[in-house]
Amino acid sequence: MAAETAGDLTRLTAAQIASAVAAGQVSAVEVTQAHLDRIAAVDPDVQAFLHIAPKIAVAAARDVDHRRAAGEPLGPLAGVPLALKDVLTTADMPTTCGSKILEGWRPPYDATVTQRLRSAGVVILGKTNMDEFAMGSSTENSAYGVSHNPWDLTRVPGGSSGGSSAAVAAYEAPLAIGTDTGGSIRQPAAVCGIVGMKPTYGGSSRYGLVAFASSLDTPGPLTRTVLDAALLHEAISGHDWRDSTSVDAPVPPVVAAARQADVSGLRVGVVAEFSGDGYQPGVMARFNESVELLESLGAKVVEVSCPHFVYALPAYYLISPSECSSNLARFDAMRYGLRVGDDGVASADEVMSLTRAAGFGPEVKRRIMLGTYALSSGYYDAYYGKAQQVRTLICRDFDAAFEQVDVLISPTTPTTAFPIGERADDPMAMYLADLCTIPSDLAGNAAISVPCGLAPEDGLPVGLQVMAPALADDRCYRVAAAVEAALEQRWGGPLLAQAKGLSK
Amino acid sequence: MSITRDEVAHLARLSRLALSDAELDHFAGQLDQIISAVARVQEVAADQIPPMTHAVPVVNVFRDDVEVECLTAAQALANAPAAEQDRFRVPRILTEE
Amino acid sequence: MSVTELVPYDEALSRYEPVIGLETHVELGTATKMFCGCPTSFGAAPNTAVCPVCLGLPGSLPVTNRVAIEYTIKIGLALNCSIATWCRFARKNYFYPDMPKDFQISQYDEPLCTDGYLDVIVDGREFRVGIERVHLEEDTGKSLHVGGATGRIHGADYSLVDYNRAGIPLVEVVTKPVVGTGPLAPHVARAYVTELRDLLRSLGVSDVRMEEGSLRCDVNTSLNAVGAAEWGTRTETKNVNSLRSVERAVRFEIERQAGVLDAGGRVVQETRHFHEDNGTTTPGRSKEEAQDYRYFPEPDLVPVAPPPDWVDSLRAALPELPAARRARLQAEWGLSDLDMAALLNVGALDLVGDTVAAGASPADARKWWLGELARRANDSGVELHALAITPDQVARVSELVRTGTLNDKLARQVLEAILAGEGSPDEVVAARGLAVVSDESVLAEAVDAAIAAYPDVAAKIRDGRVAAAGALVGAVMKATRGQADAARARELILQRLT
Repeated sequence: MAAETAGDLTRLTAAQIASAVAAGQVSAVEVTQAHLDRIAAVDPDVQAFLHIAPKIAVAAARDVDHRRAAGEPLGPLAGVPLALKDVLTTADMPTTCGSKILEGWRPPYDATVTQRLRSAGVVILGKTNMDEFAMGSSTENSAYGVSHNPWDLTRVPGGSSGGSSAAVAAYEAPLAIGTDTGGSIRQPAAVCGIVGMKPTYGGSSRYGLVAFASSLDTPGPLTRTVLDAALLHEAISGHDWRDSTSVDAPVPPVVAAARQADVSGLRVGVVAEFSGDGYQPGVMARFNESVELLESLGAKVVEVSCPHFVYALPAYYLISPSECSSNLARFDAMRYGLRVGDDGVASADEVMSLTRAAGFGPEVKRRIMLGTYALSSGYYDAYYGKAQQVRTLICRDFDAAFEQVDVLISPTTPTTAFPIGERADDPMAMYLADLCTIPSDLAGNAAISVPCGLAPEDGLPVGLQVMAPALADDRCYRVAAAVEAALEQRWGGPLLAQAKGLSK
Repeated sequence: MSITRDEVAHLARLSRLALSDAELDHFAGQLDQIISAVARVQEVAADQIPPMTHAVPVVNVFRDDVEVECLTAAQALANAPAAEQDRFRVPRILTEE
Repeated sequence: MSVTELVPYDEALSRYEPVIGLETHVELGTATKMFCGCPTSFGAAPNTAVCPVCLGLPGSLPVTNRVAIEYTIKIGLALNCSIATWCRFARKNYFYPDMPKDFQISQYDEPLCTDGYLDVIVDGREFRVGIERVHLEEDTGKSLHVGGATGRIHGADYSLVDYNRAGIPLVEVVTKPVVGTGPLAPHVARAYVTELRDLLRSLGVSDVRMEEGSLRCDVNTSLNAVGAAEWGTRTETKNVNSLRSVERAVRFEIERQAGVLDAGGRVVQETRHFHEDNGTTTPGRSKEEAQDYRYFPEPDLVPVAPPPDWVDSLRAALPELPAARRARLQAEWGLSDLDMAALLNVGALDLVGDTVAAGASPADARKWWLGELARRANDSGVELHALAITPDQVARVSELVRTGTLNDKLARQVLEAILAGEGSPDEVVAARGLAVVSDESVLAEAVDAAIAAYPDVAAKIRDGRVAAAGALVGAVMKATRGQADAARARELILQRLT
């Protein structure tokens, strides 16, 4: 392929960019520059990024070019730009987690995910916007402003990894990393019309991932194609001795599965509990078509009931706030971050309280108090204790389901992207966005969202969720790739090509 | 009513959040609603069910008793709101732990 | 607040039965911290033995030190505990500037070891102190309080925190309430801490120095009215930094609580602070609300399930514990219980043991340590082990007496010289010329001189009053500065005069 113009380079997939760089058809620096130009052109409207690091990115790209010139072998994603959610530490860029309490914080260390990306030759362009401390489904909880959905700039890009999702959907980067605790990779992917994967919990390291809910947080890829997601998944996954909860087993063969893309003979279960009230008709329509599509591709689809899934949302909104109330206690103004009210007279306790009141947004405060409540003596058994038992029952529902089927499917989220401001001060309404994604977080198994069409009533993207047992992440990619191939054939190209939110 | 305003004020104190009266009122209403909703978990009979620990159950993850490189004092203190004599300076502590 | 009177100890014990409990924290002697690879060695410059994990930086995660688990299991086994087959760490949540995460990783309702005991002997009576639990946790950072008069928290303007000690592995040993000690309560408390310290030292898991803080003790005391059905309210006393303080703290609390109860008051359940200077306790800063630590299992760590064969191999590799060692030595040395108790009371067991190992007989070793050396230690106001003399040196002196180079009196002089820093036994003997004079001619000279000097005594001896020879022997000893072989001198005197 001849040298492409900047615009063309940003339309390439990560796999295509990596091949072109490896073949010497284009330099990594050119690719990086093209994406930096794209960011400059559209990010004032999209607001995906909190921090852009052009010098560091170009230096990293140049390093890839040097290694290529020296004949060194390059990894499968070398030279490909990436947007990193601002919840993962970077020693050379600020890490704010979308919060004022960490404004300007420079960690003294890179997260393991960050290190692995750099070692793979991936070029980190900057840090993306997110709901504060990963709490939210719209990015409206960011202390630094909301990000905008490239399909319709008046709408949310989902959350909490909304910045990462918007960046990919706006062609600012072909790769992004998000984190998923209750759906925060999959839901933004669904409402932005891209691919988002939540690996098996522990599949990639949480060392350097600023904790929201320790037993749920999972880093994962956001991309425009299933193959790109698989390549990125592989790049960041694997055991890490610094994370006691990281899985000590080989990374499932996700890239091979993404290439295989064949579902004939696969047993697919539709989760009966994920439909009905609250599900937008257009979402259900596209989902039902996906079921038919899978059948036409040779899968056997049945309905499966997971009766305890109706308790997943309340269990999640007990477990995650409890863990976060403890994880966020360290933000106490003593060692780093914001300090307010230290006038030489106020006590340490007073300074802690004033700082946290000034530095945390309302959703974070709500969840901290909720978590403190659920863990209080006298309430522990009825709330946190009970929620952990419900979690076991949800796992058992999954286990029973996976005896009958190889994967489970559902809509990723009940509605398409809602308007900015619509649910901002209505926590309960906001929480409903996570209805379908939460069970996989609680069970820790693998789940992907892949675009399956536009809702007719608003022309906005709908995501299909595919769930697989823990450590069977490859099944998600196999099904998602098959669906992607079939639908893109139908659409004449990727769904994203139909996005009209950005004039450029 | 599943939670009173006083209880919310207590939670705020416990979690070191200096909330204004207006905030307390606002949060009390929202928390009340949320707690009623999450209390649904109590509908589930789970007497003999063990609580879940991890998705891929594993035990005995250890490290060897071997030194790993530390930070320098400069790195440790780089983001400190206040520092003195290579230590973190903190406001006066009123209670003994 | 009125200050109630103390009730004199014996009187207090006529009406009340003390119940004691001890919580002991032990700093483990691992090379690195509990959850990260920072070094544990003392004396590092502030904030240089820290990393993202022990500083609790956002994104950091703990990883458990295998050796810390091993040491804790060993402690549990030595204390006759059951070792959990499956247990977890838990978060203890509270805000405090020296806590990097504002929660401490500890163990709550699933400790690693439970339900053991440690036997102690006080005044010849054996007491079994039940062990409730042994668990693992991480230590906090250390603060300097600036601006107040005393360097303590009260009145300080601000504090300076060093996190070098944050994350050091701590084992907490909690006893069950100890009843039935009566007036021996303070002594049982002290004996327990002493025995525990010795046991930990023999296991090699900690250097257990109370003065340095690697062994910390909180003492709980309560009083039951004699014959009462209900348990009394207990207080917890902190800042108990020596064995003697353990004893004094319990004693004071008994007297104080008796005073409160006699006056019709209620003992307040509180934490109190022990004062070294006057042996009293005062209430700690009272908190507005009782602490709710909101414990929950630590989600960043996986459970600890020690495999049975690992536990068995640790059990098999336990060294001889102090109680077993004492029993063995008592049997080997043929000592009565009373003799053994005398040895232990002055802390002479190891000293005697080492002296025997260096070649002295048990009887001789005991004689010197419990006799002359104990006297000197008492006079100088120090503990026996603090004397400037080693078991090897005592064994050498004993050897010199055995071979006749020294007699008892000369030996005492040699010991005194060693304590004064004049050198080793042989150096002292040579430098001072203290060897027994066995040269016959020198002895004969002295004998003849004594006979000449005391003619009336000599006459008595010639008359048959052999006992009077003692006075002449005394004169010979004096003339030879105690270096004569007294027995030989007596022989020579009798030879000449009878």
